[in-house]
Amino acid sequence: MLLAESVETHAPPRKRRAQTRRWFHRRTLVLGLAILGVLVFIAAAAPLLTPYNPTVQELSNALKPPSLAHLLGTDPYGRDVWARLLYAGRIDISVAVLAVLTPFLIGTGLGLLMGYYGGWIDLVVGGLIDLVMAFPFYVLIIALVFVLGAGLQGVFVAVALIGWVSYARIIRGEVLSARDREYVLAARASGFGDARIVLRHVLPNVVTQAVVFAMSDIVVVMVGIVTLGYLGLGVPAPTPDWGSMIFDGQTYITSDWLIATVPGLAVVVTGLALSLIGDGLADVLRT
Amino acid sequence: MDRVSYIGIRAIQVVPILLGISVLVFMLIHLIPGDPARTLLGPRAPEAAVQALDQKWGLDQPLLVQFGRFLGGILHGDLGDSLTYQESATALMAERIEPTLWLLVASALLTVLITVPVATLAAARPDRLADHAVRLVPLLGLGMPTFWVAIMLILLLALTTHVFPVGGFGRDFVGHLRSIFLPALTIAIAISPITIRSLRASMLEVLGSDYVVSARAKGLTERRVLVAHVLRNAMIPTVTVLGLNIGWLVGNTLIVEKVFALPGIGALMIDSILSRDFPVVQAIALVFAILVVLVSTTTDLARSLLDPRVRLR
Repeated sequence: MLLAESVETHAPPRKRRAQTRRWFHRRTLVLGLAILGVLVFIAAAAPLLTPYNPTVQELSNALKPPSLAHLLGTDPYGRDVWARLLYAGRIDISVAVLAVLTPFLIGTGLGLLMGYYGGWIDLVVGGLIDLVMAFPFYVLIIALVFVLGAGLQGVFVAVALIGWVSYARIIRGEVLSARDREYVLAARASGFGDARIVLRHVLPNVVTQAVVFAMSDIVVVMVGIVTLGYLGLGVPAPTPDWGSMIFDGQTYITSDWLIATVPGLAVVVTGLALSLIGDGLADVLRT
Repeated sequence: MDRVSYIGIRAIQVVPILLGISVLVFMLIHLIPGDPARTLLGPRAPEAAVQALDQKWGLDQPLLVQFGRFLGGILHGDLGDSLTYQESATALMAERIEPTLWLLVASALLTVLITVPVATLAAARPDRLADHAVRLVPLLGLGMPTFWVAIMLILLLALTTHVFPVGGFGRDFVGHLRSIFLPALTIAIAISPITIRSLRASMLEVLGSDYVVSARAKGLTERRVLVAHVLRNAMIPTVTVLGLNIGWLVGNTLIVEKVFALPGIGALMIDSILSRDFPVVQAIALVFAILVVLVSTTTDLARSLLDPRVRLR
């Protein structure tokens, strides 16, 4: 009786579970793309959505509550919070995407070499990876931005110096398992050179995992950029940035809590959209 | 491979990593554009002061000699002198270590307290509403800036209840406890998405194993199966994940200590960056990296002792 029951109640749901899971992931991909699409549209259309310049200060107009003229009120310098929110989105999202590009390319390249050739290059680069991984992300990125100089250039270089590690690890692992597959052996048997095998045959088969990871990496980097902005080490003032907006609003949290709250929500929603895309993409690419 | 040689090999593997960490931290000063002493002291500093600092750091000597001096200093516990305070970096850190240790321990505890019930709820009924909700948590959590979560907790909990102070470390034990709660909760919120996902996955794996099937066949209630069999075996990977993510935990102390004005090492590092106090920044980066390596290696060793299946690949 018990056994029959367990068979009955546990076997069919597994099948159903697989189906619901697929449905869940497809939906997350669509939902993520939709949210991101709206966000990118709002950021791109910023000049149409607000008449205000995000950097012009008007001290006589400081800390005004939300009104029809200022949808989210004004900040301590009399700047329109809604305008700053939109223009900050342009900066933070595009900087995060651009900043991830270099480590993606470097990491993928090194990972291909490590996985395909092994030997000393695997050993040396692998040691370097262990080293970078030993440092807490924020400790290393803050220290690097400090020595390289605060501002966007420092952020780009610091993210590149740290970020390649994850891509190299992922690609290396994928290449290791792909190296002895039939299609690689067939390509080798056909007398193709290493470069052609790696770039034309191995790379297209292993790069998907790195692309999936890049989605969550953009989120982490975006949060990193916003954090650096909050600490005064990121996007230089007066350019709007969600991090420095939160910093500006923090002092007025008891009276004008919107100023510090809204930019944070913007980060969370952007991060959610990208995570949903990554999650859905992983599932679509797996099937 | 037997247990003793596994432990031996893992211990030996730490040495090159520690050496590499000191090389990396040593190289930091050479990434500063221009003359480091001039850049750090500012354009208005007198030339004599710049030269004195250059000489003190031995920046005119060959790289290898410089590194030898640096490594020798580390081995003697000398991590350089602060440019801002008339103190050594080691002494400064010693004064500030207590709040940081409190914060690390409290956030690890809170993380476990949040992770276990939430992950159990999700794994007990996979693909139901609670599970979907729990699986959204990591997606949301990844994009939450720690400093913003801290400010929101101040807004929602500290300013409304007046139970928790908005900053500082308190004067006595109870004061410490009250001061540390919100900072630790902030870090727990940052880490739990990772640990929840991991515990949920390991619980699902355990749920499918033979001994759970036989426990169910014995007629045990679902609750007993979950608590006595599944949770116990799924805890090891969770503690491991926590140990392996110690870097994430330590990195977050920097930001959280700064927001809550906790006088710990993390806040010291941020303050030193803002006052361009390079030796202190360098010393803290070194200490944090060494801490992370030691904790994650210990975690790995503890796991191999607890779980005989873990061995060198």
